[in-house]
Amino acid sequence: MSDEPVRPKPYVGLFSQVSPSDRLRLRGIIDFVIERLIQFAGVSTIFIVGLIFFFLIREGLPAFLDIPLRQLFGGRWYPIDDFFGLWPLIVGSILVTVGAIVIAIPLGLTTAIYLGEFAPQWQREILKPLIEVLAGIPSIVLGFLGWVVLAPIVQRLGAPTGLTVFTGSLILAYMSLPTIISISEDALYAVPKEYRDGALAIGATQWQAVWRVVLPSARSGLVIAIMLGIGRAIGETMAVMMVTGNAANVPGLGLDMLFQPVRTMTATIAAEMGEVAQGSLHYSVLFAIGIVLFVITFGINSLAGRLMGTQAGRRRKENI
Amino acid sequence: MPNSHQVKIAIQDVSFTYSDGTEALRNISFDVYTNEIFVLFGPSRSGKSTLLKLLNRLSDLSEGATIRGGILFNGQDVFDHRVNVATLRRQISMVFAIPTPLPGSIRDNLTYGLRMGGIRSIDVLNERIERSLKQAALWDEVKDRLDKSAFALSGGQQQRLCLARSLAMEPDVIVLDNPTSGLDPLSTETVEESLQELKQRYTIIIVPHSVQQATRIADRAAFLLDGDLIEIGQATDIFVAPQDKRTEDYITGRFG
Repeated sequence: MSDEPVRPKPYVGLFSQVSPSDRLRLRGIIDFVIERLIQFAGVSTIFIVGLIFFFLIREGLPAFLDIPLRQLFGGRWYPIDDFFGLWPLIVGSILVTVGAIVIAIPLGLTTAIYLGEFAPQWQREILKPLIEVLAGIPSIVLGFLGWVVLAPIVQRLGAPTGLTVFTGSLILAYMSLPTIISISEDALYAVPKEYRDGALAIGATQWQAVWRVVLPSARSGLVIAIMLGIGRAIGETMAVMMVTGNAANVPGLGLDMLFQPVRTMTATIAAEMGEVAQGSLHYSVLFAIGIVLFVITFGINSLAGRLMGTQAGRRRKENI
Repeated sequence: MPNSHQVKIAIQDVSFTYSDGTEALRNISFDVYTNEIFVLFGPSRSGKSTLLKLLNRLSDLSEGATIRGGILFNGQDVFDHRVNVATLRRQISMVFAIPTPLPGSIRDNLTYGLRMGGIRSIDVLNERIERSLKQAALWDEVKDRLDKSAFALSGGQQQRLCLARSLAMEPDVIVLDNPTSGLDPLSTETVEESLQELKQRYTIIIVPHSVQQATRIADRAAFLLDGDLIEIGQATDIFVAPQDKRTEDYITGRFG
């Protein structure tokens, strides 16, 4: 046993052999490199998005220049005879999407409310994974189901054909349901338990507590859930292509327009892209459809962003 | 000091076991008298909050728990299946440790429960708002901004708003689970003072923030430890000359 006091071991690290001033400089360089790398990653994403947009414009622009706007947004889509009217496609997309939203929002929100607020634990444990599974079903499989199972049922309801707006909306609604359910359930879950207890403690019934307290508190999360669900519905292609009949017609106003075949913008691009000659007018019209789709989704996204922005702003003001 | 000893709440041999098997309460029995401040104190996890939640059946929210024994409120068993839980909670109103303002204005917070109770007359609502805010010592601070969001209030004001919300319901019993935990000393004093006034009209059961607070406000007190009722008595006795060694150790700060 030596009485020698134990000396602390000298620090042995990456830069321990480097003089302190050099060490500082080295750190500075490493910092700089990492910062640039992150900057590069960030900027390149934006750059690629810009490139995609540029490419879309370059390929689609001739359509806008060569075809009179009146005809381009006219009602006749007969590419073989050089009639490129986008109106039926736009109407088709809007009809199918709006139909899907109208079906999906009430179903999705009520399911989330049931799961989050009313269902006993054991039901929740069964249902939640099932909903995740629903989200994992490839869209083509749902399209297939729609074609084989749903379409004949719709036809039996009295529609001239089973491949209609309604069929497409149903399939799309089911496709966006898992997104809406799981995100709005998360939003409900994030509402502090104290809010519910507070409402119950002054004599609210469970439903009153949910309706007056939980739902208003979860509002912004619920909006996000709906927006993401709609996003999934608008961009969907394959399933819609299989079940909407692909007839580029503008259904006349009325309830029965839900039971007519339409063709959506996405389905048109997917169906015809393989058959056009590159550089032809038809080719650039398909890109023009892409531009229109882009403008519509961009509009919806920024509207949602503004809605949520003002809400977040109001909440922030409230919390001061 | 109530000499009449009129029993408001009778807790009779109550045991409570959570679904995971944790025994939160074991064979608790005691009475709470009308118009007194009854303090339940003890270290954390001694079962105080669980007991409070049993009183107005907020315990219904813990799935799979086992309750034995009975609680009589004005002579009626609260666990009777014929009891309307919403009505019971209006009579035995609860304020929590964390302020729980509901989304909406200060006015909304106060009238929310009343409207559910079927009161619609603007005059009655306004009268209740003013009186309950005065009772909770908040009126002067908020009377000019009743329509502003309740979240814009400070933590202390929010807590007093929750107290006012309970009072607006004109309950029979007010149950407070550590209501001053997030409050500054000044707000705490305000709340404690208003409790002394409130007991003229209501019966108050409270889990205090500290032993010091318990001694300041209690008429009678009960000491809970690990789900057992160790000692119960007049505040003048239990805090001055506790009978049980464990109560003494806790009060003098030897543990807890």
